[in-house]
Amino acid sequence: MSAISINVNGRAHQVDADGETPLLWVLRDDIGLTGTKFGCGVAQCGACTVHVDGDPARSCVTPVAAIGSRKVTTIEGLESRTAKAVQKAWVELDVAQCGYCQSGQIMSATALLEQNPHPSDTDIDHALAGNICRCATYVRIRAAIHAAASQLSA
Amino acid sequence: MHPLMQDFMRQTTGEREDRARASLVAEQATAAAPRPASAGVTRRQVLKAGAAGGLIVAIGGWMPRSAWAAAGQGPEGGAAKAAFEPNQFVSVGTDNIVTIVNKHHEMGQGNTTGLATLAADELDADWSLVRTEYAGADLKLYANLAFGMQGTGGSSAISNSYLQYRTAGATARAMLVAAAADAWNVPASEIQTSKSVLSHSSGKRATYGEMAAAAAKQTPPAKPTLKTPEQFTLMGHEHATPRVDSPSKCNGTATYTGDVKLPGMLTAMIAFPPSFGAKMVSFDASAATKVKGVTDVVAVPEGVAVVARSTWAAQQGRRALKVTWDESAGASLDSEALLATYRDLAGQPGTPFAKPAAPGAGTPVLSTAKTVDAVYEFPFLAHAPMEPQSCVAWLHDGMLETWAGHQFPTFDHQAAAKAADLPPEKVKLHALVSGGSFGRRANAYSDFTVAAVNVAVAIKGRAPVRLQFTREDDMSAGLYRPMAVHSVQVGLDDSGKVTSWKHGIATQSIMAGTAMAKMIKDGVDPTSVEGVFPSSYDLPMMDGQLHSPVLPVRPLWWRSVGNTHTAYVMETMMDKLALAAAQDPLAFRLGLLKKDSRAAGVLKLVADKSGWGKAMPAGSAQGIAVHECFGTTVAQVADVTLKDGTVHVDRVFCAVNCGVAVNPDVIKAQMEGCIGFALGALYYSEIDVKAGRATQRNFDQYKSLRIYEMPVVEVFIVQSTLAPTGVGEPGVPPLGPAVANAIVRAGGPAIVRLPFTRAGLVKV
Repeated sequence: MSAISINVNGRAHQVDADGETPLLWVLRDDIGLTGTKFGCGVAQCGACTVHVDGDPARSCVTPVAAIGSRKVTTIEGLESRTAKAVQKAWVELDVAQCGYCQSGQIMSATALLEQNPHPSDTDIDHALAGNICRCATYVRIRAAIHAAASQLSA
Repeated sequence: MHPLMQDFMRQTTGEREDRARASLVAEQATAAAPRPASAGVTRRQVLKAGAAGGLIVAIGGWMPRSAWAAAGQGPEGGAAKAAFEPNQFVSVGTDNIVTIVNKHHEMGQGNTTGLATLAADELDADWSLVRTEYAGADLKLYANLAFGMQGTGGSSAISNSYLQYRTAGATARAMLVAAAADAWNVPASEIQTSKSVLSHSSGKRATYGEMAAAAAKQTPPAKPTLKTPEQFTLMGHEHATPRVDSPSKCNGTATYTGDVKLPGMLTAMIAFPPSFGAKMVSFDASAATKVKGVTDVVAVPEGVAVVARSTWAAQQGRRALKVTWDESAGASLDSEALLATYRDLAGQPGTPFAKPAAPGAGTPVLSTAKTVDAVYEFPFLAHAPMEPQSCVAWLHDGMLETWAGHQFPTFDHQAAAKAADLPPEKVKLHALVSGGSFGRRANAYSDFTVAAVNVAVAIKGRAPVRLQFTREDDMSAGLYRPMAVHSVQVGLDDSGKVTSWKHGIATQSIMAGTAMAKMIKDGVDPTSVEGVFPSSYDLPMMDGQLHSPVLPVRPLWWRSVGNTHTAYVMETMMDKLALAAAQDPLAFRLGLLKKDSRAAGVLKLVADKSGWGKAMPAGSAQGIAVHECFGTTVAQVADVTLKDGTVHVDRVFCAVNCGVAVNPDVIKAQMEGCIGFALGALYYSEIDVKAGRATQRNFDQYKSLRIYEMPVVEVFIVQSTLAPTGVGEPGVPPLGPAVANAIVRAGGPAIVRLPFTRAGLVKV
């Protein structure tokens, strides 16, 4: 047990947690960022998706000690032009139903568009394959990603 | 495994290997700084202070919101300064904000937006100035008028509230208008209202907020005039009412149960019975208590609770806990053996649920020329909402407070009071949105609420405690859509007319043994047979026999309840019968739907929109199905392609008649969601019980539909001015049979056992 330094949403945090603790619980219980959700605990549903140095990661199976100096971004810390376009499209198309998976969906979608500004349907299928939505909002998730891409290239 | 899933697994496997699996221990030594539970607490305290000492007067069962706040009841959150509170649903603040209280549970189906639309339309409120709150538990003020208790389910939120919420809005409007008429000294009939503004041809103008205090002094009209459908400005208008909960669900600020923070709150996990009916014999807490952060290991009726200062510590503590169980009660429970028993039962006489009508005088006796029979098998299904069950319970100052996705507040309230041994007036429920339910949170056992209260009692109320289920806890807990077997034999005469219909069903009763058992009539639980009887089809010759075995696995409704299996049976039988009668499936159905114009109407609409009968590429075909449940009729056509023995659903056309379309875009979203939810279950879902245990415990084995499997969906809403019916469930039942029928028409097998993985039609 020792203090672990972690950079989340541009802020340095010292958390007194065991290094094996999943990043998810450090974010939620220690730092108080509850926008990232617990869904399965085994990297199957994607509700816990965050960005680690811009890449999507399942925080429920990522030991906090594995983060090191890399920068963690959660739904609360999304600030890029791409992220804002994604969130705007999500609201405009009323993608969310229960909403519980949507933080993870938005994190995956944002990472996709940061790396691929004009994704095809197949690109979307690949990038979002790890995010389950039991409400099955997939039709709108796809439409919102395309809408955000259009807005960003306009 | 689908190739995309393989990609995904490769991505995540690295992470999984990184994850140290050593047995020890995490501690949350530094708790996050306490913060207020929610804006609602602040608001309640403010209102409490404001109403202190005030006289509480209830008129016609309606009470100002500030009065319930004083009584410790009522809704939370939302704007302050409610100068005008004509009833328990609507208030107007001096800031011109209209607040509308949702008596229902929001689990994704959009009822918060829908109920606000009903009231705001009659009130002529500016939608951008409308805010919403959730009601606490109050049977008198917030009962579901279809249930007689407070609760959400059966796709009833909009239908039961349609006149109630409109009347609430119209009352508020009438009092605002009366106040303006007094202030301006003009007849009320000359005052216009639009977008939260009152105006008169003389040029007088006031916002609702400006007139709120004066409106509060007006006498409510005995019976306010409601709009006619052509006067609606919000209802039925495609983009007039964006969802009120979208922004908070897209930026991480929506508060679910797991997000509640209370000072000093602990987290509990329970070692639940590993198999159905198992009893705890003893436990050894020595290793668990050594886990840093674990504060208590206590027996509770549900099992053994490990309480800790963080979620991870609770989970680690539970892993270290040793429990000895007596698993003898459920040891022989086995899905395959149950199916064999059910197949046997379904073919035998049971409790009649449909009796063939005696032929009337002069009715020609039909002679059976052909017989079509089939036996269908349906597995246990878990609901698997994205948010695993959880509940916060806090015993303090002689009272109990709970926070959860309370879908049945009346049951949860009573059960929580009983578990805490407190009078109901000392128990306050805080209703939060939930991360889906699909029926799971609406149960007469109030399982997650009672378990959390039991933990709070076991630690003697020392701190607020959040009980957190893991995914495995939730999925293996039972409360499943019960297994079902149908055995059907139908006779046809030479012309293709149905001459006889024998229909045996074996499935557990959902209602039996619960507070809802009074719904069982003559031994028949209507949720076991709905969709077969009654049915939209005119089948007076039906002979229905029901068997309702009792098992240690608790059954529960699952999005669309009995219709989850009855529609599959009826609608695939219709295609089998049409084939035997050498008729088109659409025409054959229409022949039996002469008494149901709603069903015939959506069938014709979906046939038209889908180009039913058009030529399809080799290996592709369309399948059609129609089903009514909860008063809403839905027909779907699925475009399906078979390739290399596996099925792909390319597109689904969906026609729905739900009366007045209050929020057309929400209705479309529900149809899309129902289709995806149903397709995932059709492909993959089953809980296979072996030796009393659920085999599938997480999403790796209980697969859910993923984005690459989602078909294109086109929704067509029948225009109607009839009272609305629900849309949260009725999109589910037709999907399975529409796809199954398409597979047969594409040259594939007739599937009589679900899910499709059993026939190898989808890759696992």
